[in-house]
Order: sequence, then C-alpha cells, then structure tokens
Amino acid sequence: MLTEKTMEKLRILAESAKYDVSCSSSGTVRSGKKGMVGSTVGGVGICHSFADDGRCISLLKVMLTNYCKYDCAYCINRRTNDIPRATLSVSELEEITMEFYRRNYIEGLFLSSGVVRNPDYTMERLTAIVRDLRTVHRFNGYIHLKTIPGASQELLAEAGRYADRMSINIEIPKEESLKALAPEKDHKSIFLPMAQIQQGVLENKEDRRRIRHTPRFVPAGQSTQMIVGATQETDRDILQMSSAMYQQPTMRRVYYSGYVSVNTYDPRLPVLKQPPLVRENRLYQADWLMRFYHFKVDEIVDDTHAQLDLDVDPKLGWALRHPEFFPVDVNKAPYEHILRVPGIGVKSAVLIVNSRRFNRVTSHHLKMMGVVMKKAKYFITCGELTSTFSQPVVGINELRPERLRPLLLSKSQQQQAAREQQLMLDFGEDK
Amino acid sequence: MLVYLFDNTLDGLLTAVFDSFFLHQQPEYLLTDGDQMPLFADEVHRVNTNSEKAERVWKGLEKHLSRDGLRMITISWLSEERTLNQPLFNFICKVFRLPALSGIERNASDPDVLAVRNTCRRVLHEQLRMKQFIRFQKAKDGTYLAVVSPDHNVLPLITSHFQDRFNDQPWLIYDAHRHYGYYYDGTAAPIHITFEDEGAAPFDLTNGDLDADVLSKDDALFQQLWRTYFKAICIKERLNPKKQLSDMPRRYWKYMTEKKASPDDELHGEGEVG
Ligand code: SF4
Repeated sequence: MLTEKTMEKLRILAESAKYDVSCSSSGTVRSGKKGMVGSTVGGVGICHSFADDGRCISLLKVMLTNYCKYDCAYCINRRTNDIPRATLSVSELEEITMEFYRRNYIEGLFLSSGVVRNPDYTMERLTAIVRDLRTVHRFNGYIHLKTIPGASQELLAEAGRYADRMSINIEIPKEESLKALAPEKDHKSIFLPMAQIQQGVLENKEDRRRIRHTPRFVPAGQSTQMIVGATQETDRDILQMSSAMYQQPTMRRVYYSGYVSVNTYDPRLPVLKQPPLVRENRLYQADWLMRFYHFKVDEIVDDTHAQLDLDVDPKLGWALRHPEFFPVDVNKAPYEHILRVPGIGVKSAVLIVNSRRFNRVTSHHLKMMGVVMKKAKYFITCGELTSTFSQPVVGINELRPERLRPLLLSKSQQQQAAREQQLMLDFGEDK
Repeated sequence: MLVYLFDNTLDGLLTAVFDSFFLHQQPEYLLTDGDQMPLFADEVHRVNTNSEKAERVWKGLEKHLSRDGLRMITISWLSEERTLNQPLFNFICKVFRLPALSGIERNASDPDVLAVRNTCRRVLHEQLRMKQFIRFQKAKDGTYLAVVSPDHNVLPLITSHFQDRFNDQPWLIYDAHRHYGYYYDGTAAPIHITFEDEGAAPFDLTNGDLDADVLSKDDALFQQLWRTYFKAICIKERLNPKKQLSDMPRRYWKYMTEKKASPDDELHGEGEVG
C-alpha cells in the first residue's frame, strides 16, 4: 500500500541517512536458497549505482525514523534541528526493500534509526524489521543494521542472527570531544556493544565448529565511522583509533566522513565552506596502507608528523622520509618491499612477482603492467644498464628527498589540485 | 610471409593452432575476412574450421593450463575483439611449444599473455557492470525484463548469478545489440532465446521500457520511488560527476531507471517550454 506520501517519507529518510558513509555489501558469500530470494556475493560486494556525488549506492540506506531524542551536535537529525521528520511504517519499509531488490536496484538494506523513547524500544523495532525480512519475506540478500547505543545485549544477540553486518559509529575518536558534542553518549555506549557483537561472532564460530547448521551471526562483521574535521583530533588520533579497531578480529572496515557543516549555528562546531575532502582521501589512503600494504600506523603518522601531508599521498610521504629503503630491485626484492614502491599497487606487485620467475622484468614490462613509472622510476632498479627511457640513473638517493619531492609535485600538482576536488578513490569499497 | 585466414570463431582459431603444428608452420599473421591483408603476404593458408581438431587442441590445453588459464581463453574470447585473435593464437601456440613452463598464463611480461589477460579483465569488468546496472521492470505476468547492450558478449557469464539470486522470479535479460537473450522461467536452467520478429517484442529496445499494456500495475511507482531515492541520497556539498562517470559510464545509462530520460523529466520539460 504505497502512496505519494511514501515517496515523501522515503525522500526525507534517505536525506537523513546519507551522512553515514558506509554502504558496502561486502564481507560475506551466501548463495541463493530455495524458497528465498537473494544472495550475497562477497568480495567487495556490488555497487548498483553511483549518486551524483560519486558515492556508491549498494544498499538501500534509510532510517526507519529521523525523530531523535538525542542532540548530537554534528548530526542533522538532532532534536533541536527544525527539519522535516518522518517515520516509515514497518510494512512500507519492507515492501520498498523487497521491490527494489527484485528489480536489481540494490544489494539489500542498510537500516538505522533515530532514538525514540529509549534505546531498547528503538532497537526492538529495528530488530523486528530484519526478523520479518528474513522470516516472512524470505529475504536472503544483504542486511546492514546500525546498532543503537545503549541497547541491551539480548536485542543485539537477536538482531545479529538476521543481520550480515552491524555497525556502531565512533564518530569522534577522543572521549572528551565526543562528550562535548554528544552529551548523551560516551565511549562505553559505543565500545560495549562493539565488544558484545564481537563476542557473539566468536561464540557463534565456536558453536558452528561443533554443530554444523548453527545459523551464522553477523557473518560480515562490523564496521564503524569517524567524522573528520568537526573536532580538533589529528590524523594521528584518528588513525591510531583505526589501527586499534583493526586489531579486533570482527572489525572489517573503518570509514572516514569529511564533516559537512550541517549545523552551522552551533558554536562548538567549525563552519567549513567545504567538507575536508582531501584530508578524508588521505585518511582512506592511509587506511589502505594499513590493510593491504603491510604498513603500521606509526610508520604513517608519528609525533613529528601528526597530520598527513595533503600534497603527497601517505605512501609517497613515507618513501620520501625513508630514502635508505631504496632503491628496490624489482627482480629480487620480496613482495612486501615491492609494495612499498610509490607507483606500484597491489595488482602490479603481484604481477611482478609472478612474472619474474620467467624472465627479468624490465621497465618496459613494468609500464605494461600498469606501474606508474613517472613515480616509481626514482625508487627502483630493474638491472638495466643502458635502456634509454627506463633506468633510474638518478634515484631518490642521488637526488635526495628534498629535491625529489618538488619533482613529483610539479608535474602533477596542478592536475592533482584539480583532481583532489574530484576524488577518485572509492571509499565505499572494501578489498 | 605466411598468413592464416580463419572464420573468426573460437573453433576456427583452435583449428588454426592444430594446422600450424601439423604443418610445422609458424604463421606471422592470423587474420579473418575483412582484416587488412599485409603487403607481403606471399603465402595464404585458409583454415577449415573442424570441431574435432579444435577439440583435440582444447584437450591439450586442459593438460597444460590451469583452470584460470583456460578461463582466460574462453572469457577473453567473449570480448569479440578482433585484436585479440593474434595474441590469443600466439599464446596458445606458446603453451604447446613451451610445455615445461607451467604457469605461463601468469607471465605478464610476455606481451601475448598480457594482451589476453587484459582482454579477459575487460570482459570480466563488464560482466560485473551488468550485475550492477541491470534494471528489471516487472510485467503483468510476473516476468522481470531487462534490456542491455554491452560492449562484449557477457550474457553467458551472468545468467548463473541472476538465476541464483532471483531463483523464484521468472526473468528475461535481452542483449539488444546481439539480438538474443536468456529467459529463466523460475525453475529450469535459463535458456537462450531470440525473437523471430524483434520489433514485435513487447518492450522498447532503445530504453528497456516494457509496453504500457504489459507493465505491471505498481512498476511505474517503484521506478519513481527509486529515482526519488537516488536524488535524495546525494550529498550536494560533495558533487562529483567525474567519479560518477568513471564508475558508471554514460553508455550504460540508457537502460538505467535512475539515469535514463524519465516521465518525471518530461513533465518538467513541458512545463519549461510552456
Ligand atoms: S543519536 Fe544518532 S540520530 Fe540521534 S542525534 Fe545522535 S547521531 Fe543523530
């Protein structure tokens, strides 16, 4: 029974949900089942569309209601804001999800909610919807459920039986800043449910070892998000928090959300003309270095470099601080060292290691494999003595980092300045 | 200079490999009708496609190549790119000529391997795009229809995904460019179908719209809901059309509910004119 009214509610509740940047449908493979509709593909999931802001649309990201009794300063839905409010009925939400899914618009549902009455009441309603989707609508697609801070462990335990992923956002890394902006929240209200979900996942793994058909509990693990640029926290504060998060076995993804000045009237918040997109992009790059490039957080940021360099990416930044590590011999060096060369990504590093068993890899090969030679040439040797365009006769150690840095900048900086306005890195995706 | 001419089928290409070993020849060129003949083609051998010979070559490949290597051949072939013919032929010949080199399909420093690999990558990329961007419309009889026109012949690669996911709903995915589709009736394996008279099919090949008299009652509403959602989810402060285009190239838009010209737009347009 959907009507024009439903349309308006969906519009309002999507607008309210959109500042949560997580959208991915990654982390769990589940093929179709007889009598059910849907599957999950694992890997990076599937993005079904890309909005005009370039962000991936994988899940139907929507709030059940944007009424909220809390007053988090950074949030568009805080109770003191005068915005249109709406609540979708349970049946409306379920019908939209199913019909969108069957038309291949989405991979599933990402459901969150403002806090109404109390956390348990809210969490109960969310849980009822995901239970319905699984048991009544026989929905086998992806479900990401936002946890309500302060909800009871029993409810989390039930919701986790139906959800693929659960998340609770840290938003602000330091507790004192969090409390200053979100008086109803503290670290405990965030980390306790995280720990409980984690415990649920680990216990479930144990159970499944003993009894094979035990249903899975939050199979795609957890994710979280931090807002960037709303408070004084440095990149070091943020990345150390991420690194600590990734130590937890069920934490799959940390997202970074450049603060959009939604509540300009609040003196506790900065007024930003534009969200800090370059900084956000650098944080994602740093995050990738930790997850796929074997970097430790202290190698990326430290006391003297508490903020990421906005002009160069963090991998190049590290390389410029560590000339002694180079040159790397692509024909001999271990995979982990090749990964550290600016201009060589995971894909080309794998190709190099696979190919060099057959013959010596030359700079021509590197180019063909997709290595960005403009950057990489200062950091490698490939044993060519006389090739005309290839051999880095002058590498980072001959040039010294101070002189190399502007070289790598000057060529690309204008382009880069333009490009950074138009970020190409897709933060919606896992790997 | 020796030129082999073949019929631009995979069996033909495998037969060409057979001939070259049988005749102890190493053709410089593998061409197909319509390709530009090289200036100094002093000898031309026309390959007679023979499925038995092709089969024997394939059996041989199965012995020497990993599953990934074999998939690289079949998938890259779906690219339908003529520029693949020569490197693919060379690659297969190398597999037999250097049987001791196991894992040759992973040697990206070999230009032929790299060309086949890259073609394969492009095909796989596009089949993913189909899984992303296919949009179904629901007909009155409960069948879900999607029209596509991919650059490569990727339909055979995606039917199992859609069958698995939508196992309880009948669907038809139709390639308007290649004039065939796969129909799944909700139970049995999807079947290859063509229309005798494509023009009489109850949908518009240019935008994937079902004819009004067969469209199910609520479909227009759900399409509009989806467009509403699509607009609402965008953060205006972060507009980034460049990234949108690189992840969702314009050539796919014409069949996508949220991007193709919609009835909502038309109303708008008329308003402006009036
Ligand atoms: S509890 Fe959630 S919805 Fe409510 S104001 Fe805080 S962040 Fe916003």
